[in-house]
Amino acid sequence: MNLSRKWLNEFVQIDADDKTFAEAMTLSGSKVETTEDLGESIRNVVVGRIEKMERHPDSDHMWVCQLDVGREEPVQIVTGAWNIHEGDLVPVALHKALLPGGKKIEKGKLRGVLSNGMLCSLGELGLDERDFPYAVIEAAALLNDYHPIDPAKPSIPADIQPGDKIFGPVVAAKVLECMPLDNGSYHTCMEVKDATVCPDICCDNVHVGDMVAYNTKTDAVCTLADLHAEQREFPHCINDGIFVLHEDCKPGDDIRPVVGLDDHVVEFEITPNRPDCLSVIGLAREASATFNVPLSLHEPAVRGGGPGVLPELLDVETPDPDLCSRYTARMVRNVKIAPSPKWMRERLRAMGVRPINNIVDITNYVMLEYGQPMHAFDYRYVQGGRIVVRRAKAGEELTTLDGNVRKLTPNMLVIADDTRAVGLAGIMGGENSEIVDDTADVVFESANFDGPTIRRAALALGMRTEASAKFEKGLDPMSTLPAVNRACELVELLGAGEVVDGVIDVLNCVPQPRTVTMDPARVNALLGTDIQAADMYQYLERVEIHTENRDFPNGPAPVLIPSWRGDVARLADLAEEVARFYGYNNIPSTLQRGETTQGGYTPAQQAERRLGALCRACGYSEIITYSFISPTAYDRIGWAPEEPLRQSLKILNPLGEDTSIMRTTTLPSMLETLARNYNYRSRSVKLYEIGRIYLPGGEEGLAKEPRLLTLGAYGEDMDFFAMKGVVEAIIRDLRIENASFTACGSDPSYHPGRAAGVYAGERRLGVVGQIHPKIAENYGVDCPLYCAELSFEALLESQGPGASYRPLPRFPAVNRDIAVVCREEVTVGALTACIRRSGGKLLQSVDLFDIYRGQGVAEGSKSAAFSLTLRAEDRSITAAEADQELKTILEALERELGAVLR
Amino acid sequence: MRDQLAKIRAEALAAFQGAETSGGLEALRVKYLGKKGELTGLLKQMGRLSPEERPQMGQLANEVRAALERALEESSKKLEAAALELRLRAEAVDVTIPGRPVSMGHQHPMNIALEELKDIFIGMGFTVMDGPEVELAELNFDRLNAEEGHPSRDWSDTFYFDEDSRVMLRSQTSPMQVRAMDTMPLPIRIVAPGRVYRKDEVDATHSPMFHQVEGMVIDKGVTMADLKGTLSAVAEKLFGQGTVTRFRPHHFPFTEPSCEMDVQCHKCGGAGCPTCKGEGWIELLGAGMVHPRVLEMSGIDPEVYSGWAFGMGLERTALRRFKIDDMRLIFENDVRFLEQF
Repeated sequence: MNLSRKWLNEFVQIDADDKTFAEAMTLSGSKVETTEDLGESIRNVVVGRIEKMERHPDSDHMWVCQLDVGREEPVQIVTGAWNIHEGDLVPVALHKALLPGGKKIEKGKLRGVLSNGMLCSLGELGLDERDFPYAVIEAAALLNDYHPIDPAKPSIPADIQPGDKIFGPVVAAKVLECMPLDNGSYHTCMEVKDATVCPDICCDNVHVGDMVAYNTKTDAVCTLADLHAEQREFPHCINDGIFVLHEDCKPGDDIRPVVGLDDHVVEFEITPNRPDCLSVIGLAREASATFNVPLSLHEPAVRGGGPGVLPELLDVETPDPDLCSRYTARMVRNVKIAPSPKWMRERLRAMGVRPINNIVDITNYVMLEYGQPMHAFDYRYVQGGRIVVRRAKAGEELTTLDGNVRKLTPNMLVIADDTRAVGLAGIMGGENSEIVDDTADVVFESANFDGPTIRRAALALGMRTEASAKFEKGLDPMSTLPAVNRACELVELLGAGEVVDGVIDVLNCVPQPRTVTMDPARVNALLGTDIQAADMYQYLERVEIHTENRDFPNGPAPVLIPSWRGDVARLADLAEEVARFYGYNNIPSTLQRGETTQGGYTPAQQAERRLGALCRACGYSEIITYSFISPTAYDRIGWAPEEPLRQSLKILNPLGEDTSIMRTTTLPSMLETLARNYNYRSRSVKLYEIGRIYLPGGEEGLAKEPRLLTLGAYGEDMDFFAMKGVVEAIIRDLRIENASFTACGSDPSYHPGRAAGVYAGERRLGVVGQIHPKIAENYGVDCPLYCAELSFEALLESQGPGASYRPLPRFPAVNRDIAVVCREEVTVGALTACIRRSGGKLLQSVDLFDIYRGQGVAEGSKSAAFSLTLRAEDRSITAAEADQELKTILEALERELGAVLR
Repeated sequence: MRDQLAKIRAEALAAFQGAETSGGLEALRVKYLGKKGELTGLLKQMGRLSPEERPQMGQLANEVRAALERALEESSKKLEAAALELRLRAEAVDVTIPGRPVSMGHQHPMNIALEELKDIFIGMGFTVMDGPEVELAELNFDRLNAEEGHPSRDWSDTFYFDEDSRVMLRSQTSPMQVRAMDTMPLPIRIVAPGRVYRKDEVDATHSPMFHQVEGMVIDKGVTMADLKGTLSAVAEKLFGQGTVTRFRPHHFPFTEPSCEMDVQCHKCGGAGCPTCKGEGWIELLGAGMVHPRVLEMSGIDPEVYSGWAFGMGLERTALRRFKIDDMRLIFENDVRFLEQF
């Protein structure tokens, strides 16, 4: 919400500078986003009157002007613009002037002639034609500016003489006299052969001595369009030039107030509970309360007396009273559509609204001032003189003001006449009843529609407008009447038409004054303050909340809530009002009292932290990936169509297909991240994520959200065993007992020969392995990728008991290395298990230290070498004991696995 | 003989002194002190001396032997020291060559910021609470006083799983307030961090998934002054002692009075600079006193209990803390980015 400080000052006089104003308003709850001094970027630009104009001696298109800028001596300025005339008032950027966009003006010479500054166009002042509709420039085609496209074949001879025919009724004419008139047109005299013609013309670039194309039939000079000429044929005859001022000003005046650039605009962020602050008056109330200065609101006064009797002209029906709590309307007749006056245009512009014409501008002005959306429609298109506020019929269509055809449903509210819809209630008017240049009679609508209905309709149609944004927050039904009266008052002020006496006011709600009981003691208890009761009542009075007697009692009392404060409903709301004006920053800061609570992490949270730290210690970096994935992700990781985990929660309104389902596996996120880093040419990457998957079938239709620890890596130092080593480190760290790895050739995402299921006893913890090369290829990666997916919950449940000390060995160990030859398909796991099983109490540890294939070992066999440690707790064992132990083990290996000592 | 002894002594001492290698020194030892050495050879002639001379010469010879042995040892030590010095010099390394790299993983910056925050609250007696991300609209909205018609419930703002808008991706961590009130005994003191989801297109400052931390305290006699005191203390722990905070009125459906907390810009100290967009203050979090209606809906009597709650976005905190200028980096997981933390 933009606020013009000039406009604000009409209701509450606040002299604070922008920074102070912004800070105070922000701290009382109206957050200021930005402040802007509209004229800040303009310096040393004044009004000048052109005293004398001469053609530049050394240029075919420049003028040398002498200007009165309120100094003793005139100032000489050279310009290339052709729309100015002697006597014109123009903006003059003097030497060392500053213009919007940081443009600096300095004196200098133009083709040898001194120029002490620059004459400015609208654009150079940061304005456009909407701000000053009268400043539109129309250029005549000047024959002395004619540059034929083909110099060999000019359409107009260079030596053309007055009276020479150009085509049809168009002849050349030499300008003898050109006098600007007050209405922006020019009185001229022109020589046409032996005769003289004296047309009044609208073209701004004509001067004495120019040769123009004169249409003898229409008594007008021709523009480029009239001659069907291209711009390049008349390079200097352009619809642009200096901004010729028609304002009440004199030479030497600072340009900023003259063109309305002396205002300051403050942009507020208004919270949705305060739609009343989406208006100048609403913010004036807040400013008045914040600065504790009086608010002076204006009571609209309408003279009326327009022709006709309102009830005979107009009838309003509201068949759906719950959707339209109030409908207020007035009529204006004999309307003269014209631009609105400068002060109104300036205010609209300051608030970010484009001026259109007086009637439309008035509706916008009132909406900005009162926060009450208004609509004006052309009475002649209200058939039957009847306005019906009804639900749209199924299939009904309406072309809205923006030119779009809207398909309506019965959930939408329309403004209709006897036969058809003429507007979309609270959102936008219909094209069929638009205010146009020849509109004669206007109906002003000021109504209160049901917020949710307007919101849903605007949403369904994809057309949130200024009006709908206000209605959806819920407006004060009490403001429709003052708003419509204000509109009529402005019509009279602008002389835009005659207001018909009387108001149509359909009231479907009974406005009840609301009261809430104020309890100063409880407010202090909630805020932790010690504010006097009377002070609290005074703070409330600043926002027009007061007791029936407007007094400041020393205890609880009911207070009346103004109609526009729908957000104040109970004591906590009053507490906020008190706090706002007492100052949030004056509330003391205390540390928590009351019962102490023992904070901390749950065992699961501790395990999560510990796992993360361990992964990082292993060289893996943490990633965070999106919880939603593409449905095609399951194909990419090679899942079969019948894979049950494909059952995913589907977002019905996703941002895009790629983020439309909730993942039931973290693998695609990890693979995508690895692939992205691979594409960024990172040579060695190790990543982990502790993240959730989302499985259908949770309580109350929600998801089950188990967490997974996912590891992913590639690079020179990576292979299956490097990844397995990390998984083993995790198992060791969590003291998981009975962990085992089993070949798992069935997981379609993994290499069939390089993947293992990870178990703790019978409980599956997850999978570790190399990603199937085909799957890696799906992600555009042509090097081996390694991943592990471990269930966080399963890891947690398998956690072993905490550490407890075991005495250090007091007797020396005996080490024995054995190498056994066995068939290739006998796994190291089976060998190790067999050794452990057959080894007696003395066997402390079994460590694989070599696997050998090749010379000396038969094809299809391998040699596995183990280092065994034997030790007794209570004595040094003898060599004989060790040998006996070894013998038992070797026998078992041979018996069970056919593995023989090499 | 006396002369011969003196000569051997002088010669040997000079030779020992002049030895340059331990091998050379050993040869000299053999030459003078060895079994067939000069001194031994001379002593063998002792028999020829008269009995009076013998003890004198014996003593003298022993003195010479002792002197030579001392000198030998001295020279040997000197040579050893020189050899060690030589070896050490040869072993010198270029200490500017980088050390062998130890591969260390890095914590994600977002989680660094989160852990810091969690630790602060745990130190203040808060419990960390987890909850579902696929959530009931009832808990995300209705129970938080954002009833039907609240704009954030729109399908344009929130992700839904069913046509009835019943199950959704939580748009805030605030439903954890309701879950805490529904499941925990009073008094309550929790923080609940986690992922939240809003229908925002990805750009430098938006992501459809981001993280928030929710916090809530409910007890008898909890005041807005407590809210201010606690959150200011948190800001000091996050941004350093003496960090200035300010509280502004704001609006949330589930708190009343509501506020936002700003911290004074650390860069400019409040004067206004590009970091704080000229405002002098940086918005940190939203908070407020738990709305009495929210307490009522959870069966807590607002006449007896009161509470405060806050919610803060983590990404923005992490972005500011690490001077990251694009939120997309957070979810892109480029190792070149991750390795900086």
